[in-house]
Amino acid sequence: MAVSWKRKDLLGLEELSKEEIELILETADSFREISLRPIKKVPTLRGKTVVLFFFEPSTRTRTSFELAAKRMSADLVNIQTNASSLLKGETLKDTAKNIEAMKVDIIVMRHSSSGAPHLLAKAVSPSIINAGDGSHEHPTQGLLDLFTIKEHKKRISGLNVSTIGDIMHSRVARSNIWGLTKLGANITVCGPATLIPPEIERLGVKITYDVKEAIEGADVINLLRIQLERQSQNLFPSLREYAMKFGLDSDKMKYAKKDVLIMHPGPINRGVEITPEVADGPYSVILEQVTNGIAVRMAVLYLVSGVKERKG
Amino acid sequence: MDILLKGGHIVDPINKVDSSSDILIKDEKIAKIGKSLKANSARIIDCDGKFVLPGLIDMHTHLRQPGREDEETFLTGSKAALKGGFASVLCMANTNPPVDNKGVVEYIYTESKRMGLINIYAVGAVTKNLEGKELTEIGQIFEAGARALSDDGKPIMNAQLLRCALEYAKMFDLPIISHCEDLNLSKDGVMNEGFISTKLGLRGIPRASEIVMVMRDIELAELTGGKVHIAHITTWQAVELIRQAKRKGIKVTCETCPHYFALTEEAVLGFDTNAKVNPPLRTKEDVEAIKKGLSDGTIDVIATDHAPHSEEEKDVEFDSAVFGMVGLETALSLSFAELIEKGPLNWKQLVEKMSVIPAKILGLNNKGSLGIGADADVVVFDPKTSWVVEIKKLESKSKNTPFIGKKLDGAVILAVVGGRIRYENGEFK
Repeated sequence: MAVSWKRKDLLGLEELSKEEIELILETADSFREISLRPIKKVPTLRGKTVVLFFFEPSTRTRTSFELAAKRMSADLVNIQTNASSLLKGETLKDTAKNIEAMKVDIIVMRHSSSGAPHLLAKAVSPSIINAGDGSHEHPTQGLLDLFTIKEHKKRISGLNVSTIGDIMHSRVARSNIWGLTKLGANITVCGPATLIPPEIERLGVKITYDVKEAIEGADVINLLRIQLERQSQNLFPSLREYAMKFGLDSDKMKYAKKDVLIMHPGPINRGVEITPEVADGPYSVILEQVTNGIAVRMAVLYLVSGVKERKG
Repeated sequence: MDILLKGGHIVDPINKVDSSSDILIKDEKIAKIGKSLKANSARIIDCDGKFVLPGLIDMHTHLRQPGREDEETFLTGSKAALKGGFASVLCMANTNPPVDNKGVVEYIYTESKRMGLINIYAVGAVTKNLEGKELTEIGQIFEAGARALSDDGKPIMNAQLLRCALEYAKMFDLPIISHCEDLNLSKDGVMNEGFISTKLGLRGIPRASEIVMVMRDIELAELTGGKVHIAHITTWQAVELIRQAKRKGIKVTCETCPHYFALTEEAVLGFDTNAKVNPPLRTKEDVEAIKKGLSDGTIDVIATDHAPHSEEEKDVEFDSAVFGMVGLETALSLSFAELIEKGPLNWKQLVEKMSVIPAKILGLNNKGSLGIGADADVVVFDPKTSWVVEIKKLESKSKNTPFIGKKLDGAVILAVVGGRIRYENGEFK
């Protein structure tokens, strides 16, 4: 491999080169088999301390990071809190400095404010892995999506990938756009006009409000979760209308290619953005994404843990 | 002691002076202007190669006293002002308690005379507790010495209430400084809405939030004949609306701030909370329009919107950080670099926007001028001294500026307020 990993932190896919992304994917490929063994443990991160610092509820991502760290023998601490209770007392930076003082190696962080991990990356010496910041990025989700697509399609370049749903508030959409465009895929985003953020076409994606157009010719369809609270903000009239216009059901699947992959970062709202028969159907790789998430996170933990240079 | 400033380039638009001359300050007033002046007992200061300007007047300052003396006081704010060439500032009403009654206005004048080194003028709130619901006792606030009214920091969303305020304030010839922001459109926004907000996943504030309120306020100016001054405009559309309104003869004035012509929304990249300001930094297109508006006279005033904030309010997540940046110390150097060196304005225009017109809008009759008998507020600016903005060198108690690390051309080397040298070569007196 021509490139080696030099980054202390993984904050997003925007700043990564194509080669760095490929390095992570190849490293993940070599780790995948560990989770298939009867004894699911290697000593790679023995003696390293990983802190999961989650300011938003998360089951999937937190468990995935936890298993990834444990299967590599790291010591692990879980801190789950919410941003508002923290704000009243200690600042985020002070909390992080306290964690740093306990000599940990890696902080995996999820936060409802875009840029929160970037603040910490500048302030403390442990590696920061972004496990989702506001509507900004969710790099490991983007990577596991790439990994899953590559596994099935054997390539990324030239594929047509459609992302349907709430693009505006989605960190998954942004990380996917960065990762997929760097690896040469063609991306279409689709959703209600109120949920497409301004000037997103400047990221090199096509916009359509016509779900049929997004489905036709797509090699991959990535559905995003629709949150009920968006309805109360008048971003769309009702979940019912959303499901009718944009939800992927067997009817709309008629327009899809025969070898389409259906993906979803979870958690799924069955009957809203996707119907059960599509989510559980033959084209769905939603649970494979979850499985692959562990390998990708093992790769990321491994790569950042090997970086000697620390700033403080 | 009398002061004789020798050989500086005097820029005094009111008296149409824009050339080298001497200037004699006697007691608290300008005594003489002319070539080769002599004065026996005066302190003589060589100003060759420097610009001599009427003391600048900042129409938009937050000095945080009373309430947040940990962020700024009349003393630290005065020092920052002097270093930036401001002899007078108008401090906004959103203190704690707010300046919504005569007592707080009186406090500002008493305390600022005791602690301050410059002329500090009060703005009275338009509404009680800045809540946008009930008018303050405007007459009493005026009699206590307030020079303008504003709920700055918050817009007055109720157009009928603003209409009444404008009509009522006409009796005192008080301008109302309007913070134009539609709170429904700007809700939860933290930066300009556009490509950068999309990229960073931050909630945007659309230009329309400013534009619709500028439109409304122009209509209210026309309806009431009151003195509307629109604070900190940022969008090309607002510039265009005000240009059209002025053409129609509607009485409206406006200001912008140095950060709206020296920076774009790209300053937010990397989540720099020092670039989080309300209204938000906009785009290159807007910066060009702001410069054009300054040069053709659409934009009357350059003000700082100096907004000191503590580190614990700024060094946090972008969404949680408060809006605002300090600006008194950098305003003149930034204006010199962006507007004079790069061309859109000449010195005469810059002095008009930073001293002459603010004096006129605020009714400060003896200020903004270097004419004989005018108040001796004078600053000397050396275009050849450059300096780097550094946290430890800032006089303001708060250090929240995105210009940290930037090298700026031109510095104030002397500031005289009321005939007294208050600042000279880095020293306060």
